Amino acid sequence: MIARLAPVILAAEEAHAAELSSGGLLASAAWLIPVVPMVAAWVIALFGKRFPYKGWDVAIAVMGFEAVYGTVLLLSHIANPIGYEGSIEVARIGSFPIEWGWNVDGLSIMMYFIIGVVGFLVFLYAKGYMEGDIRYTWFFASFILFAGGMLVLVSAPNLIQLIVGWELVGVASWLLIGHYWEDHENSSAAIKAFLTNKVGDVGLFIGAIIVAVSVGSFRFSDVLDGVESGAPTLARYAFWAGIALFIGAMGKSAQFPLHVWLPDAMAGPTPVSALMHAATMVTAGVYLVGRVYPLYLTEGFADEVRSVIIVIGALTLFLTGLIALVQNDIKRVLAYSTLSQLGYMTAAMGAGAYTAGLFHLFTHAFFKALLFLGAGSVIHAVRSNEMTDMGGLRKDMPWTFRTFVVGSLALAGILPLAGFFSKDEILASLRFAGSGDSGFTGAQGGAALANVVLVLAIAGAFVTAFYMARTVFLTFYGSYKGHGHPHESPRVMWVPLAALGVFSIVAGWINIPGITSTFTDVVGARFHLVADHHAESFDYLAMVLGLAAAAAGIALGYRIWGPDQDTQEARDTFSIPVLYPLLSAKYGIDDFYMEGIIKPVRGPIARAVDWFNGHVIDFVINGAGFAARGIGKLVYAFDQQGVDGAINAAGAATGAAGSVLRRSQSGRIQQYAVGMIAGAVALVAGFVIFL
Amino acid sequence: MSFDDWLSTSENWVFLVIALPMLAAAVKLVTTTNVVHAALYLVGTLAASAAMLILLGAEFVGWTVVLISIGAVVVLFLFGIMITRAPMGREVTLSHPRNVKIAAAAVSFALFALIGFAVIDAFSAQPLTEPADATRTGDLGAVLFTRFVIPFEAISVLLLAALIGGIVLARRDPGSGEGGGL
Amino acid sequence: MTITQFILLGAALFSIGVYGLLTRRNAVLVLLSVEVMLAAVTINLVAFDRHVADQLAGGQVFALFTIAIGAAEVGIGLAIVLLIFRNRRTSNVDDLELLKL
Repeated sequence: MIARLAPVILAAEEAHAAELSSGGLLASAAWLIPVVPMVAAWVIALFGKRFPYKGWDVAIAVMGFEAVYGTVLLLSHIANPIGYEGSIEVARIGSFPIEWGWNVDGLSIMMYFIIGVVGFLVFLYAKGYMEGDIRYTWFFASFILFAGGMLVLVSAPNLIQLIVGWELVGVASWLLIGHYWEDHENSSAAIKAFLTNKVGDVGLFIGAIIVAVSVGSFRFSDVLDGVESGAPTLARYAFWAGIALFIGAMGKSAQFPLHVWLPDAMAGPTPVSALMHAATMVTAGVYLVGRVYPLYLTEGFADEVRSVIIVIGALTLFLTGLIALVQNDIKRVLAYSTLSQLGYMTAAMGAGAYTAGLFHLFTHAFFKALLFLGAGSVIHAVRSNEMTDMGGLRKDMPWTFRTFVVGSLALAGILPLAGFFSKDEILASLRFAGSGDSGFTGAQGGAALANVVLVLAIAGAFVTAFYMARTVFLTFYGSYKGHGHPHESPRVMWVPLAALGVFSIVAGWINIPGITSTFTDVVGARFHLVADHHAESFDYLAMVLGLAAAAAGIALGYRIWGPDQDTQEARDTFSIPVLYPLLSAKYGIDDFYMEGIIKPVRGPIARAVDWFNGHVIDFVINGAGFAARGIGKLVYAFDQQGVDGAINAAGAATGAAGSVLRRSQSGRIQQYAVGMIAGAVALVAGFVIFL
Repeated sequence: MSFDDWLSTSENWVFLVIALPMLAAAVKLVTTTNVVHAALYLVGTLAASAAMLILLGAEFVGWTVVLISIGAVVVLFLFGIMITRAPMGREVTLSHPRNVKIAAAAVSFALFALIGFAVIDAFSAQPLTEPADATRTGDLGAVLFTRFVIPFEAISVLLLAALIGGIVLARRDPGSGEGGGL
Repeated sequence: MTITQFILLGAALFSIGVYGLLTRRNAVLVLLSVEVMLAAVTINLVAFDRHVADQLAGGQVFALFTIAIGAAEVGIGLAIVLLIFRNRRTSNVDDLELLKL
């Protein structure tokens, strides 16, 4: 292993964008960001039980460090955009160097900030939530491992390290979803998540290989340099690389049809759902697309893939949102909601709206984490996930109630909360893409496609508001239908809720069209510029339509599941005739996967392969053995019959000759006499005739 | 000499008259199934051979054959037949099975052919030398006891040995005892 | 008379004697055949004696000796046959196969 200890600082000198500073010590020390949690994971796993807080202290210290570092980096970056990429070569395969590095540019800094801050708050909450848990220390070890893996992923300057981080979070996800593995359902859910991700990972690997071989390097900067300079090899294969990489993103970000794992992943503890399956891990796919976004933007490369991206995103956002309407498990509602919002982000990326998609990722992290933690608070108090066991909790759990409402409104996209601005930006970008002024050509009728997606997005906003209203009313209004004694959560749990609530309110204000463009500047400050559109002012039509849809959703929800008891009881059993069974069955996709794919493979196909292996492949090997044995038998037979036979035949012949010849020694004199006389006659005859 | 010429001589007629029965008797001797008949056929053969000897002019030898061969030897044979309880009367198994007979016949015929060929080749139709007279016994005796006295004495000892040997061999059975020789 | 006829006669008699010697199973009959052979020899000797016209009559003396020896031989032969008969209760030469391998 050849490690050049002095890191190679790539491209800090070759800043394409204006005023990218090298970041000084802050950036060059940023290798700590992924490394510290990885080390901490081992420390907690091995020594956690000896600590006073059983490992939580180490974890919270690490997350605090991350939060601080992330914030400091962000503030520095806002003041003075940083562009830094450090790499150390650790190995070499042929002509491909394998490097470990850390990226410090706008996109990465944004991710560091989210992971650090949201992670810190979730870890704080987790102390209260996981109190008395069966595997308290191990939980924090896995959770910190996850944080480390995620940071490895977002700090990766090359595809190899990204894949390492990708897989790390996959493993951590499996560990954490299956935290209560005593219940078989939970371990099955963990495996389902892992394997569904793995299906997407095939695409990721293939895409990485195509890209690396076309460009000759795994580094993102090399790839994007190739895009910028119009490298012909890359251009030829960029389409396939783009598709393949997006398939990887689909797996991790749970796009349709690889979305099936996320609802089942709710089997894990709520902090896990909050951090991983809302704020960070599922956004890794969107992050990946963002990281190589010039590939998807530049004409002649993978820009045609964007029509695929936008379609998938649109399908996801709408279809999964509908399923959220019929869920009774509060976490599942939020899970489907996450799926829907991820669809929004993907659709935005597909429409060429780099900033909009990432902005929604940013705001969504806050309010979705908030919603999950609030749901966790409720679950913790009521000891059940089902909303049928809840109701009327706003009196007993005031802080939870308030923050939950704030989160719901943010999610629904109500002015002036965070979700409004990000969702509005998405709708505006979609409208822009559909207007034909943008460069969004993609396939035939690219603009028309964008308009269709816009309609779906607005409908999705309606659906979002609708199901969140349902959730809020069923959970906090009406009367309590459970059997326990719900009470407010301890401070360690509702303080993070409040903090996240604050973020959910203000986070959107950094990118108000026409007023602030901080976010755009943050994520735009990277080595390879992304030609993105950021409106100078509000797109009023989109804004109005969005708000109207949200308001309509809330109103309808209020009407159906309103606060007073009678209405609620009557409508508790509300169900839409045709749609309800379809939605309950989640469009039958899970069943299709199970019956159509998993069971055949597990049963007949696995058996067939096993038979083939045992009989055909092993037959070749065994055949060699049989052949050797057969040859051995042949040789033995030859030896016994052939060689020994010859010897034995000689002996037998001698014996036979002897037994024939012995008859002349009969002991009978007259026979001897015959012989003698005949001999004598012959002799004499010889003499007489010849002499 | 052709066969007709040969036949015209009266001596040859006599020869034939003596030779043919002799041969017939000999053949019967070796093929008969009756042991006693065989002995009697031997008598016939020996008698004919004595006649032949007289025809040849060796009168003393001829009569000696009659005396000794027929008179003593054949009697000896008859005694032997009786004592060894040879099956008297018809007995089929006196000779070997057929394949042996064929082999023996072949051998004996070969022998005859060989001698015949040799003789005819050597002497063809040479006439027998005509002696002046038949051999006189006195002359024979004179030669025997002067020129051939040592073989004569040897034969005497031989006969003595045979006599004693015979007695010794046959002695154990006190009831019977055969001497050999004269 | 030719010498040939006598020799042929002697040869024929001798052959018949050989045939009998080889064919007969009873020991006594074998000895009988030997006697026939001796008779043939006698004739042969005397015929040659006359043909050669030996002054010493050697052939005839020889013939006398032959007769004497033949007699001695028959005596001993029969004594042996007797002895065998006493010991083995058989006079079948086929049973005398101690020389068999």
